[in-house]
Amino acid sequence: MNRTLISYLLSFALLAASPLVLNRFWLEVLNSVGLYAILALSLNVILGNAGLYNMGHAAFYAVGAYCAAILNTQLDIPILWSLPICGLVAAAAGALVCRPIIHLRGDYLLIVTVGVGEILRIALVNDIFGLTGGPNGIFGIDRPFLFGYKIRKPHEFLYLIWGFVAMTVFLFYRLRNSRFGRALDYLREDEVAAEGSGINTGRTKLMAFAIGAAWAGMAGALYASKMTIISPESFTFWESVLIFIIVIIGGSGNITGVLLGAFLIIGLPEFLRAYVGEFANARMWFFGLAMMIMMIFRTQGILPPGPRFFRLPKAGKEVSS
Amino acid sequence: MEEFFQQLTNGLAVGGIYALIALGYTMVYGVLKLINFAHGDLFTLGAYLGFTLLTSFGLSDRVGPLLGVLILALMVMGLVALVGMILERSAYKPLRQSPRLSAVVSALGASIFIQNSIMLVYGPNIQVYPHNIMPDTVIHLFGMPVPLMRILILVASVVLMVALYLFIQKTRTGTAIRAAAIDQGAAALMGINVDRVIMLVFLLGPALGGSAGLMVGLYYGQVNFTMGWVYGLKAFTAAILGGIGNIPGAMLGGLLLGLVEALGAAYISIAWKDAIAFGVLIFILIVRPTGLLGERVADKI
Repeated sequence: MNRTLISYLLSFALLAASPLVLNRFWLEVLNSVGLYAILALSLNVILGNAGLYNMGHAAFYAVGAYCAAILNTQLDIPILWSLPICGLVAAAAGALVCRPIIHLRGDYLLIVTVGVGEILRIALVNDIFGLTGGPNGIFGIDRPFLFGYKIRKPHEFLYLIWGFVAMTVFLFYRLRNSRFGRALDYLREDEVAAEGSGINTGRTKLMAFAIGAAWAGMAGALYASKMTIISPESFTFWESVLIFIIVIIGGSGNITGVLLGAFLIIGLPEFLRAYVGEFANARMWFFGLAMMIMMIFRTQGILPPGPRFFRLPKAGKEVSS
Repeated sequence: MEEFFQQLTNGLAVGGIYALIALGYTMVYGVLKLINFAHGDLFTLGAYLGFTLLTSFGLSDRVGPLLGVLILALMVMGLVALVGMILERSAYKPLRQSPRLSAVVSALGASIFIQNSIMLVYGPNIQVYPHNIMPDTVIHLFGMPVPLMRILILVASVVLMVALYLFIQKTRTGTAIRAAAIDQGAAALMGINVDRVIMLVFLLGPALGGSAGLMVGLYYGQVNFTMGWVYGLKAFTAAILGGIGNIPGAMLGGLLLGLVEALGAAYISIAWKDAIAFGVLIFILIVRPTGLLGERVADKI
């Protein structure tokens, strides 16, 4: 356990020091890895822990981003203040969408979430309620202010985004080891037995969805403030697929695995783009090939979740037999 | 009335294409419980192979348009079926015993791989089919003009569907496929080579998908390398609409989806066309979670 903690601290220290050696391009890559890491961690609660096949996660990401953008451009609410609101709105959207479909089995849920994502994207393109700006999206979103300091440069965003990642990792680690986290594990492994042991399966699934959606929504708000322009093109089916792939390739259910997955899936194409210049067109071809090979030779993902450990009662204390 | 009739025939033609693709999804899902995300790209491959064969052989100049296109369709179906079989052997077979989502990600990888292979070979631009292959005759049906192409597509897809249905229902091999879809373990005990059944399914499905790709090329006159995503998603929707694993269900679902989409685009809003299709899907799944005709799916061994 301590080794994990030390390696985490070391990695975050390395990330914090990275602006000293990396140029702008690689800092931007790291930022985008961080954003996808937040998204993938949030999907991990739904897909990895609760075992609900959600392939429309970009919908909640979009809800958060548009919520932040609308609050910021129409009501002048600073981005970081709107972060919790965006989370709540996305969570409400998640709960609302999933309430009627939560009982659907595996693949049905998958295709319905794909459908929901597409419907939302089309609604955004069609300028629903006259708020979303149609296919052009919304522009002129403010940069975030932190203690009166405007965050604008890539390395400043690096600290903001990866700070958020660190918080997410901590909270989701605690969540996984909570009563709720154990309930999710149980639910994924055997729904009937979980229900028999007094877990309200419907409510627990809905909670998992709402938590995942809330985090995706906050990632959306960060994204909106980083880009200052958002449009429906950023929230296509492909984004949902990408987040899904990160979770499965990383090792669904394992936080460290998902973080590694984000580095691999988002970082690898950029790496190919930068260093295999003449094959730049073929980078997605390699990517697809790598996905197949990866799944064939490492079916469980890079780092599958290990078994849970429970502390035994201290020696000397009487354990009731 | 005139416009309604046009939308109706258009919807049926597009629906026939959806149904052909949906059959590939539904057969694979019935036997393997795998959403074959690469199926949409096999469909694209069919469209591009049709384009190449069409422009390089000039078949229709030699043997007449109808026979030419028929031979072309058979060639495309054969080639795409071959690719489908290779795909199954290389990307899915090693994953048969692994968690289901691993196979789904492998399928997504295969999809990206095929899509980008097409892009690397043909370039990222839209390819335009030569437009003098099929005569653009307009025939009159019940006093209303209908392009011949539309009717031919509907007829061709119905013929293929009926042929498949008879094959599945009446032949020994078809019975083996149905048995493997109900219970793989029991089928294997009864002396059915489940491995060969799966291979067969991966020959039939892509062949139908490839023919659908050729039809789209002939109908719309242009193809692009990313079109597999949308058609694949719609066709999978159609398969679920009719009840996954259920072959008549896929046909019904495809035709229905095509109709709903065409009529919705005409009478509600064209901008919301795709949203209408998915809205119908969500509605059906809430009201009747197993699809219109009920699902028929194996328990995975």
